[in-house]
Amino acid sequence: MRAAATNALVPGDAVRKRSRGRDLIASWTPRLVIAPSAIASFIYVFAFTLWTLYLSLSNSTLLPTYQLVGLKPYFELWSNRRWEIAYGNLFFFSAFYVVLTLAIGLGLAIAIDQRVKGEALWRTIFLYPLAVSFVVTGSVWNWLYGPDAGIEFFVRSLGWENFTFRPTTNKDLAIYTIVATGIWQASGFAMALFLAGLRSVDPDLIKAAQIDGAGPARIYRKVILPSIAPIFLAVAVVLLQFAIKTFDLVVALTHGGPGIATTFPANYVYDLMFQRGQIAIGAAAAIMMLLALAVVLLPYALWTVWRSRRTAGAHG
Amino acid sequence: MATLSVSRLYKRFGSVEVLKGIELEAGTGEFIALVGPSGCGKSTLLAMIAGLETVSEGEIRIDGTLVNSVAPKDRDIAMVFQSYALYPTMTARQNITFGMESRRVPKAEMDAAVKRVSALLQIEPLLNRKPGQLSGGQRQRVAMGRALVRDPKLFLFDEPLSNLDAKLRVDMRTEIKKLHQRVGKTTIYVTHDQIEAMTLASRIAVMHQGSIQQFDEPQVVYDRPANMFVAGFMGSPSMNFIPGELTKTDGAPAVTIALEGGETATLSLAQMPAFRPADGKVVLGVRPEHLFRFTENLKAQKPALAKLAAPVEVVEPTGAETHAVLKIGEREILGRFDPDHAPRLGELMPLGIDMSHACLFDPSTQSFIPQAAA
Ligand SMILES: Nc1ncnc2c1ncn2[C@@H]1O[C@H](COP(=O)(O)OP(=O)(O)OP(=O)(O)O)[C@@H](O)[C@H]1O
Ligand SMILES: [Mg+2]
Repeated sequence: MRAAATNALVPGDAVRKRSRGRDLIASWTPRLVIAPSAIASFIYVFAFTLWTLYLSLSNSTLLPTYQLVGLKPYFELWSNRRWEIAYGNLFFFSAFYVVLTLAIGLGLAIAIDQRVKGEALWRTIFLYPLAVSFVVTGSVWNWLYGPDAGIEFFVRSLGWENFTFRPTTNKDLAIYTIVATGIWQASGFAMALFLAGLRSVDPDLIKAAQIDGAGPARIYRKVILPSIAPIFLAVAVVLLQFAIKTFDLVVALTHGGPGIATTFPANYVYDLMFQRGQIAIGAAAAIMMLLALAVVLLPYALWTVWRSRRTAGAHG
Repeated sequence: MATLSVSRLYKRFGSVEVLKGIELEAGTGEFIALVGPSGCGKSTLLAMIAGLETVSEGEIRIDGTLVNSVAPKDRDIAMVFQSYALYPTMTARQNITFGMESRRVPKAEMDAAVKRVSALLQIEPLLNRKPGQLSGGQRQRVAMGRALVRDPKLFLFDEPLSNLDAKLRVDMRTEIKKLHQRVGKTTIYVTHDQIEAMTLASRIAVMHQGSIQQFDEPQVVYDRPANMFVAGFMGSPSMNFIPGELTKTDGAPAVTIALEGGETATLSLAQMPAFRPADGKVVLGVRPEHLFRFTENLKAQKPALAKLAAPVEVVEPTGAETHAVLKIGEREILGRFDPDHAPRLGELMPLGIDMSHACLFDPSTQSFIPQAAA
């Protein structure tokens, strides 16, 4: 009896050893597969960020140098009125662009969600602007805002000879043209995602809410929109990322003008680094952009971590 | 307390006719079960009663008032959905109070109602969890809570137990029955589980392909099914159908059925059929529990026992009883037997059929042929 038992142990041991080897392979394969892209993104994100940070503390001008001069480039940057305007523009633009695009996208999505006729057509019309590159969008709207072939020309041709509409040449209005054009381009995208979200809501939920005596407004507010909240955040993050990249749109639409009224940080960084040979100050400006992004994204990241902890806690 | 009456109700989706002239009524405090196979239109009918689907034709009345074009919220009904339809972003408590909030019920009253319902359904510890953090059975109870917290005229349940495991299902069934006995609300309960229907309902409506086949008390539906569809649908394992011919033995009515090898067996009927189909052909319907191992003792107890010999094809013990497949002519029939007198595989079994419970159907119309004492 006992002999049989000890004998039985031997093959069992062999199996255990072999499976340990297999476990090792199984646990390492995914890591190996991910490694190249992980290394690439590490270099791309962290190494270049650190490199830029280093440059922003150096006295580099036309070429990178390695002599550290502390925060001097930052002081120089912030003493520049053009940078102040650019940084201000970024916040102004991002806030209006993101909030209004979300609002208009949601409005459109809800309107189309009411089972309008020719839904596919509407969806396509609103989605097309996103298929056009920023440069083309900028150029086209530049014409439309301009006096020669645009809105002003059209209205005058209808008979209002004294009509003037040249927002891109007005230093107070120019920034609004960028906001408006950005919204025109992105709200279809927001609409498409929201509409997909609205459509993915279980119809039984809406029926249940109807029986519960809720009107359409309350159903949207309390039942449908909360359940697509994750889509809201995702769209907002994508839009924000669009906003911070608004380089080509500005170049094509206003060239940062009139004067310096619509300069954006990305345009300024480009100018400093590649046109004027001020690498240190350009790097400092780039780091300031990163900070701006962090101000928005860090709370979001912390919030998601906190939320997943909390739900995990509630489970246990 | 309320009554419901549905008359000549039609529902068409484009050219597809899903409901074809439904007639249904529920008296005050009645528990009506709506059963039928998948796709027969049960959920559609319920949605129309709730006002979630438009009426193509016909009338729905609650307490005698025509409600065809009354909005769901004004019909004063509470409904439990097949999918539960709990609001995923709200806690169990918020799910339960959402309807009261919509109707601007005062806070104190709301709290009292939540307390009452959560005690009843034993969901107090779950009130602050979201649906995603609840098990199927817990979700189901919250969904019930959402309906019970109100004091509606009508309760509508759409297969509320279909997602639960067998044990929980039986428990919840009992729970629902107790609940109905306590609150006594008029209830329409959709299910495709005929046992649920039999145990819960005061009356059962059997639906098939958009029309109601029979609407009667559970025992009547079971004992005197209106047609072969109802007979086959109600009861599990389902009723055996044996083709035969109406004949007479010693002047008493009988059914002659074909056995193997050209032989026939003539089974005397316990009662007189109300009419004779044109060519005398009938279908004999026998439930599995009305098959026995024939003994003279049993014959003395059940005078209507008819005897024939049948070869045993398959034997399946289930513990409490033994199911066996027997061969009668070309047909296979299933019986439920006492394990002590169970058929043995390969045996030519002396089979007793309790003819007092046998049904007759007209094969051309599939409808029930009533029998009356001769
Ligand atoms: N909006 C619709 N358009 C077209 N046909 C529909 C629609 N809704 C339901 N139907 C059809 O109506 C029939 C009845 O559907 P219903 O959901 O009422 O069935 P059911 O009896 O509840 O089935 P189950 O037991 O599977 O829930 C089905 O054949 C279905 O395909
Ligand atoms: Mg259904």
